[in-house]
Amino acid sequence: MDLNYTDDQKAFRDEVRAFLADHLPQRLSDKVKGGKRLTKADYEEWHAILNAKGWLGVTWPKEHDGTGWDAVERHIFEEETTAAGAPRIVPFGLNMLGPVLMKFGSDAQKDHYLPRILNGDDWWCQGYSEPGAGSDLASLRCEAVRDGEHYIVNGQKTWTTLGQYANKIFCLVRTSKEGKPQQGISFLLIDMDSPGIEVRPIVLIDGEAEVNEVWFKDVRVPVENLVGEENAGWTYAKYLLTHERTNIAGVGFARAGLSALKRIAGEQMQGGQPLIANPFFAAKVAQVEIDLMAMATTNLRTIAAAAAGQAPGAESSMLKIKGTVIRQEINALTRQAVGPYAAPFVSEILDEGSNAEPVGPEAAMPATQAYFNNRKLSIYGGSNEVQRQIISKAILEL
Amino acid sequence: MNFQLTEERQMLQDGLRRYLSDTVTPEAIAAATDGATGLDAELWAGLTEMGVPGAMFTEEQGGFGGAGFDLMVVFEELGRAGAPVPLIESAVLAGGILAEVGHMDLVEEIIGGRIIGFAHGEPASRYDLAHVQTRAEKTDAGWHLTGAKAVVQHAPATDTVIVSARTGGDVTDQDGISLFLVPTAELHMRDYPLNGGGRAAEITLDTVVPDSAVLGETGAAYPLIAAANARATAAQCAEALGLMETIKHLTVDYLRQRKQFGQPIGKFQALQHRMADVLIEIEQARSAVINLCGHLDTDDCDMHVSATKNLIGRAARLVVEESIQMHGGIGMTQEYALGHFAKRLTMVDHRFGDADYHLERFIRLAAA
Ligand SMILES: Cc1cc2nc3c(=O)[nH]c(=O)nc-3n(C[C@H](O)[C@H](O)[C@H](O)COP(=O)(O)OP(=O)(O)OC[C@H]3O[C@@H](n4cnc5c(N)ncnc54)[C@H](O)[C@@H]3O)c2cc1C
Repeated sequence: MDLNYTDDQKAFRDEVRAFLADHLPQRLSDKVKGGKRLTKADYEEWHAILNAKGWLGVTWPKEHDGTGWDAVERHIFEEETTAAGAPRIVPFGLNMLGPVLMKFGSDAQKDHYLPRILNGDDWWCQGYSEPGAGSDLASLRCEAVRDGEHYIVNGQKTWTTLGQYANKIFCLVRTSKEGKPQQGISFLLIDMDSPGIEVRPIVLIDGEAEVNEVWFKDVRVPVENLVGEENAGWTYAKYLLTHERTNIAGVGFARAGLSALKRIAGEQMQGGQPLIANPFFAAKVAQVEIDLMAMATTNLRTIAAAAAGQAPGAESSMLKIKGTVIRQEINALTRQAVGPYAAPFVSEILDEGSNAEPVGPEAAMPATQAYFNNRKLSIYGGSNEVQRQIISKAILEL
Repeated sequence: MNFQLTEERQMLQDGLRRYLSDTVTPEAIAAATDGATGLDAELWAGLTEMGVPGAMFTEEQGGFGGAGFDLMVVFEELGRAGAPVPLIESAVLAGGILAEVGHMDLVEEIIGGRIIGFAHGEPASRYDLAHVQTRAEKTDAGWHLTGAKAVVQHAPATDTVIVSARTGGDVTDQDGISLFLVPTAELHMRDYPLNGGGRAAEITLDTVVPDSAVLGETGAAYPLIAAANARATAAQCAEALGLMETIKHLTVDYLRQRKQFGQPIGKFQALQHRMADVLIEIEQARSAVINLCGHLDTDDCDMHVSATKNLIGRAARLVVEESIQMHGGIGMTQEYALGHFAKRLTMVDHRFGDADYHLERFIRLAAA
């Protein structure tokens, strides 16, 4: 047992730090740390910077111009970038579709789409969920009917994150109603500007239009946009989910959140002392920090197993639950810390270059927004209830 | 022992519930929140006509209620409807103080619907009622007020505001705080919308008011402020209870109606048990509100304020988080009714002291 990074890993960490110091624009890290609204251009700018260094395909092998990093290196990268306040890498093309195409896509699809993902030519979004198919994803109904060299797609997807920025959507569609619901699903790549697609924003409780509804009415999709085999999409979708769940623990986000919490609670005065010195509050912060310390090691244990070649299994469900609960607790404490100034909501303050003065401490409004927004963490990517179900079946065999 | 409402209160409750469910809509709340005053004037007029501000005062004061259970009935209904109205500010805080100092002409106007605000909290005061940095200096013309007030709820809907300012003592002394009646037009206001609806303002003061603006004795306002605050906390806790009731109904309905895996999600035991826990905590909240409202005018009032506010703070977080979770994605949306109630309920812990603040205070009071 050795809890330390190897010398090589330490050298890698230093390299990442040095890169971030030189190349992460302060304009972007200020926005991230200040809880400001990130624009499409902000994400694209950061992607381009990473791509120029060859560090955008974090989970990709070298043969596809990825980093070829192992799980520990990916972890170090994630930890350092979040600590530095880098924008997150938008996962849909890079962490979701990319790995699926590499494993199940045709050569033509790989050659065409993978470089476009890295170069930022395509912005992908994920079309899995439907109004009637959330946790029970296999009950999805959005339908694709073969018509010569095309599929005709009809139906609706929802909760499509950042679909308003996307020019492409990968969808699970129903191509057969025979057999078990899982058996009639296909994985289809669709142009968002195809005639018959309509995108409508959904505003979330934090006031942000982060997700969308996407309607398909007689949308014609060339058959070559089918990934793998017809009616085998469920296998690919599950494979994608295991990738979606890498870095599910969000240790880096939690650490960044915890240090922001301590800073904010150090600035807020209650009863003549900084809130962080109040034993009631300090106890809660300590509690979540202790949980995070242990969870970070659970995460490293899983990563070490993955680096040794074991496929991530139901362990990721544990990390999903514990990781999201810890982050949500940090969000709740940060909201508590800002006191009466949690209440004001002045949306335009979140825009870069807005000259609207914050009401109260600058950290207050983003703290409330983050609390509300991060309720999503335990809902999406397989809800925490669904994860418990997986643990009780797969690990406990109940 | 009797936990039934009196006939009058039952009638008030029924009438209010009917009126509010007919009148308060998400669109109306949003329109008021985005409007200049933050007030739904029609709703306020309707409530005034029903005598709602009057229910905050005793008969002696010109009202027809004024007891803890009158507050409970009214605010629970306002909570059920999720309606942001300036009743706490005008009738409970400002009105309570004005009645105490014998300004019965203004109390009468408040009962008639006039909106008077209460500007006490400051950017650095957090939940400490004695923390007043705003100063009042005696001049030939009266009093010169300088300083800043924070998150003054419903200030844009007022024509007059009661402002606390220090005429003596140090920043956190209970002694030396005075109250002044200041026309809103004399204040510099920066107003903004609130999470959970309604508007508030940051207020900057640099104005001279006449001697007649002083309420009560100079330097001796702290007990008045504390008493009004206790009643306002009871009102807010009752409102929180109403918010919880609505959230409970929305969530139970959703559990019955939403199907996944071929059955209503309410059939999953994991969710059944959690909803049962939510119900238990809401009943705890109800009992805590009853405890507080039944002890408002007793010597134990302060301890009950802290006990109830602590419990409400904890229950509110559970109810908000569990209800959103059990709704799944739909619970995250602005459009669905839950969002507004969840935000409004969350904000309860950010006014009049949060759960921890009152836990600490309860320990102090219980040891005394
Ligand atoms: C902010 C956000 C972004 C999202 N982004 C995307 C995206 O980009 N693309 C995409 O395809 N989807 C996306 N989703 C959708 C997300 O994956 C779904 O919300 C999720 O799968 C849950 O489905 P649902 O919302 O329909 O809830 P439901 O499945 O209806 O669940 C409601 C409640 O029931 C519980 N439940 C369900 N089944 C069981 C069971 N068997 N036992 C116990 N409890 C159960 C759930 O845990 C939840 O608490 C996003 C969601 C959110 C909130």
